[in-house]
Amino acid sequence: MAKIIGGITTSHIPAVGNAIAQGLFEDPYWKPFFDGYPPVHEWLAKQKPDVVINIYNDHGLGFFLDKMPTFAIGAALEYRNEDEGWGIPQLPPFPGAPELSWHVIEGMVADHFDITSCQELAVDHGFTVPMQLFWPGLRNNPDMPKAIPISANTVQHPIPTLSRALAFGRALRKAVESYPEDIKVVVLGTGGLSHQLDGQRAGFINREFDEYCMDKIVTDPDALTKISRMELVEKAGAQGTEFLMWMMMRGALGDKVNLLHSNYHIPISNTGAGTMLLECVD
Amino acid sequence: MEFSEFDHHADIPGTTIFDGKQAMKGYALNKMCYSFNGQAARDEYLADPEAYYEKFGLNEQQKQACRDKNVLAMIEAGGNIYYLAKFAGIFKLSVQDVGAQQTGMTTEEFKQKLLDAGKR
Repeated sequence: MAKIIGGITTSHIPAVGNAIAQGLFEDPYWKPFFDGYPPVHEWLAKQKPDVVINIYNDHGLGFFLDKMPTFAIGAALEYRNEDEGWGIPQLPPFPGAPELSWHVIEGMVADHFDITSCQELAVDHGFTVPMQLFWPGLRNNPDMPKAIPISANTVQHPIPTLSRALAFGRALRKAVESYPEDIKVVVLGTGGLSHQLDGQRAGFINREFDEYCMDKIVTDPDALTKISRMELVEKAGAQGTEFLMWMMMRGALGDKVNLLHSNYHIPISNTGAGTMLLECVD
Repeated sequence: MEFSEFDHHADIPGTTIFDGKQAMKGYALNKMCYSFNGQAARDEYLADPEAYYEKFGLNEQQKQACRDKNVLAMIEAGGNIYYLAKFAGIFKLSVQDVGAQQTGMTTEEFKQKLLDAGKR
């Protein structure tokens, strides 16, 4: 049977894509951020997952306001990266795992989680930056797994509640672990942490709240469901609502996890950047 | 259309909650900005901005905010920052430039503010 072996969180700031393209790993601004990744690389090299479920939020490449799915799951043979309008280098397509996608879609809808399936989905920096961070070289890296993108709406309110995001993850776990093939799956929760790009409050970052979230997501994610969506906007910033992706990932990891590695750095671009490696216990 | 019974607006200073009301108000502006994902659209816009505003049906408030490259005014006119970022990209403005403009700082001052947020 398929097994979820762990989860990894990371910020997915577009500037990281440029820094990777320019090789700025030792640059004083970037080093404290990139230093958070070698322990993740070591774990991935040892575990070699077959599939990565990459939970991210589209920022206006795959979806527009004409039709805005709250939860969308990719079900394609491959996922293209396209021009986002500001000149980040485009990357080759990412191979998918459509059989597992459809199994997950079947399982989750049967479990009363109504989602949108996508046979074509252009993936933006929210998806690609984490792939670059975790599997340097991408298609040239023999360890890069097949990918299933899952996107949740944080562009337009109403966005999902934290409680619903956690429940999504739990239903995802159930669906994945009923897949008959013996494969190893890793789940990514990307985006965040605190940041706000718009309005007079642009530049808002909240270390205290980020650290609270990084603590509770390991030991007691249910405590985080008490945070209302407006409180999340207030405490994490308007775009800090991307923390919902972390909640979705956490739900997919089961009740108990071991924290293997954690890194937090302010600022990368306008953002408090957090990286965590969580291994499933069950 | 009035949605007074369903006002989800929260009072967080300096923050506009982009909800259904804003999404309807800003639809034309955001749709134009979404088109800027493509190079051909960016070229067409730069060749004749006024014609491009007309093509997407922007209202006068939205057109003026675009002419002024005024991000706060674009948000006021219903713009969503994720799409506005694509507009800013045409003019090679980074999110720090955009942040600085909205907070009345220079880009250097804004970057320093972010660095200061990292200090304990």
